[in-house]
Amino acid sequence: MVPLNWYIGLSAVIFIIGMVGFIIRRNIIIMLMSVELMLNSVNISLVAFSHYLQDLKGQILVFFIIAVAAAEAAVGLAILVALFKNKAAVHTDEITEMKG
Amino acid sequence: MDKYLLIPLLPLIAFAINIIFGKGIIKERAHWIAILAALGSFIISASTLIEVLNGKIINYDVYSWIVSGNFKVTVGFLIDQLTAIMLIVVTSVSLLVHIYSVGYMHGDPGYYRFFAYLSLFTFSMLMLVMGNNLLQLYFGWEAVGLCSYLLIGFWYEKKSASDAGKKAFIVNRFGDFGFGLGVIMIFLMLGTLHYTDIFAKVGTLTGQTINILGYNVDLITLIALLLFCGAVGKSAQIPLHVWLPDAMEGPTPVSALIHAATMVTAGVFMVARFNPLFSLSEAAMNVVALTGAVTSLFAATIALVQNDIKRIVAYSTVSQLGYMFLACGVGAYGAGIFHLYTHAYFKALLFLGAGSVMHAMAGELDIQKMGGLKKHMPVTYWTFLIASLSIAGIPGLAGFFSKDEILWLAYNHGTVGKIVWLMGTAVAALTAFYSFRIIFLAFHGKFRGTHEQEHHLHESPKVMTIPLIILAIGAISAGWVGIPAALGGSNAIAHFFEPVLGHPHVTAAHEEEFMVMGISVAAAIGGIFISWIFYSLKPEIPKTLAAKFKGIYTTLWNKYYVDELYDFIVVRPTKWIASSILVAVTDRKIIEGIVNGVPGAIRDFGERLRKLQTGHLQHYAVSIAIGLFVILTLVLIAAGR
Repeated sequence: MVPLNWYIGLSAVIFIIGMVGFIIRRNIIIMLMSVELMLNSVNISLVAFSHYLQDLKGQILVFFIIAVAAAEAAVGLAILVALFKNKAAVHTDEITEMKG
Repeated sequence: MDKYLLIPLLPLIAFAINIIFGKGIIKERAHWIAILAALGSFIISASTLIEVLNGKIINYDVYSWIVSGNFKVTVGFLIDQLTAIMLIVVTSVSLLVHIYSVGYMHGDPGYYRFFAYLSLFTFSMLMLVMGNNLLQLYFGWEAVGLCSYLLIGFWYEKKSASDAGKKAFIVNRFGDFGFGLGVIMIFLMLGTLHYTDIFAKVGTLTGQTINILGYNVDLITLIALLLFCGAVGKSAQIPLHVWLPDAMEGPTPVSALIHAATMVTAGVFMVARFNPLFSLSEAAMNVVALTGAVTSLFAATIALVQNDIKRIVAYSTVSQLGYMFLACGVGAYGAGIFHLYTHAYFKALLFLGAGSVMHAMAGELDIQKMGGLKKHMPVTYWTFLIASLSIAGIPGLAGFFSKDEILWLAYNHGTVGKIVWLMGTAVAALTAFYSFRIIFLAFHGKFRGTHEQEHHLHESPKVMTIPLIILAIGAISAGWVGIPAALGGSNAIAHFFEPVLGHPHVTAAHEEEFMVMGISVAAAIGGIFISWIFYSLKPEIPKTLAAKFKGIYTTLWNKYYVDELYDFIVVRPTKWIASSILVAVTDRKIIEGIVNGVPGAIRDFGERLRKLQTGHLQHYAVSIAIGLFVILTLVLIAAGR
């Protein structure tokens, strides 16, 4: 039996990897992947707690998150394609139109 | 509607019609409305005078103007002997000036405006003299000030004219400030502004004092002097006389109206109206008498050397107004108003005559450049001569009787009276001198202007000469109502005024009166004689005298440097304050500082704030991460406690 702490540790590590990836990488595709990582780290902790507490509500929430994440990936990639058509760029450094 | 209300109302209606429809519809026909209104006022005034002569005194309220607690002010009319005479003076001179202006202002682009203002001026002055309370007097007082501003600055494109208009208005402000305080004092002390109530209660103030800056000042003297302050401004007495000679910048008929009938006489009228108050204060009376006498002498000496024909006549007005105050100051209010009434005719005549000369000379005012006008404009010459004889005080003419009455009553009024009598007699000689200086320089001798001007010389049109002739009749005969008992007359006007203005009791013998009369007549004839020697017989004398007494001459020529003094004491400090404090500090620093500073600060703040918006996604992400971290930390700390 794998103890709960390991799951929480894994979740935290993946979340940190996702967060740091989102912050330090310039490529938008990789940044979207990092967002997926963060979402999935949350999924891991939710499932772990759900199993630990023997409560299915957590797992139901995970399905919702997977659905939202899929939609988010679809919308995100669509924006990305549109952006690439206009700018021919996927690096955030090159896309600073909203600068104040 | 009763007829007394129509007296001021007709000119007001004429003003309204002309100012509204003048530009588009009425145009060159504006004078009909104004003249008809003035004529209507004159006829009603004349019928009112007859009623007053039959012993009727009219005092009633038309409309209640302001009611606030105990403070009640009405628009009401008090028509007694004093007002009746003032009505005749104002409406008759105003009517003649209206008619004269038809010729004088012909073709002026502001023709309708001119007649509208004349009507408004007449209305204001009528309100002033007819009011039965102080606030209505004050209303008229300010309204004539406004009209004088509008009319003096009538040719506002000319800088000197608009400056003169402003000067008249601002100098009057100084006097009116005191007058306003006097009105407030009267209300505070007596609780009423109606003449009849004031005069009934004024006796209760005797002996009361008020503490000002540690000095106990007699209340009546204080009130009287504050009111007199207004009279000094409005009637151009020392030290506020400076506006009147500059008022010459306006069209000449306006000068005639201001100097003869409206505006300047307001001060004398007010002092006479408040004679029950002034008579209670010996000190105030002496101030009035001495101010009058000093002004009279002062202005007469300036008039000796001026070359501008209108300016000489203007200083002669200041001088004659001094005479009127001198009379009021020695208690001879009746004589003062009598002089006001005769003066109105010969002074209006002098001004309109001067206007006629200007008309012929194409605007030239310098009497040194005139000469020999007698044969070109006989009507103007003879009427001008009559006016000059009248103002000089030649027996038989209007000016003689009123001037003699003043001097005689002054002579009988103790030490102060004797002093002012002496000054008045000296002024009589000076008046005769400078009046005839105009006659000899402008109308006699050879023409000294350019050839072109000489060719242009012509008598003025009938519409201008007829008012001159009518005024000349007034200048001769206006005084006949006041022939003194010593000359076999009955002095009817003094008895007429007695119920309102009182009459000083004089016990001296007729012989003494003849002596006083003789001295003033001798002074007048002497003045004319010297003038004849100087300007007709030996024209080189004035030049040698001017060269010999250069200091005195330049002082007189520069009007005792009073304008320069005011420039130094009042105008320049005011301008300095305006430019270096009000403009430089208040306006530029404080007001503009706030107006520009607040948006500026907001913009600066925004400028800094927009730096946060870098456009780099990562920067936003880091801020979100830091925010999350901080919130989590705080939550954990809160949970741990």
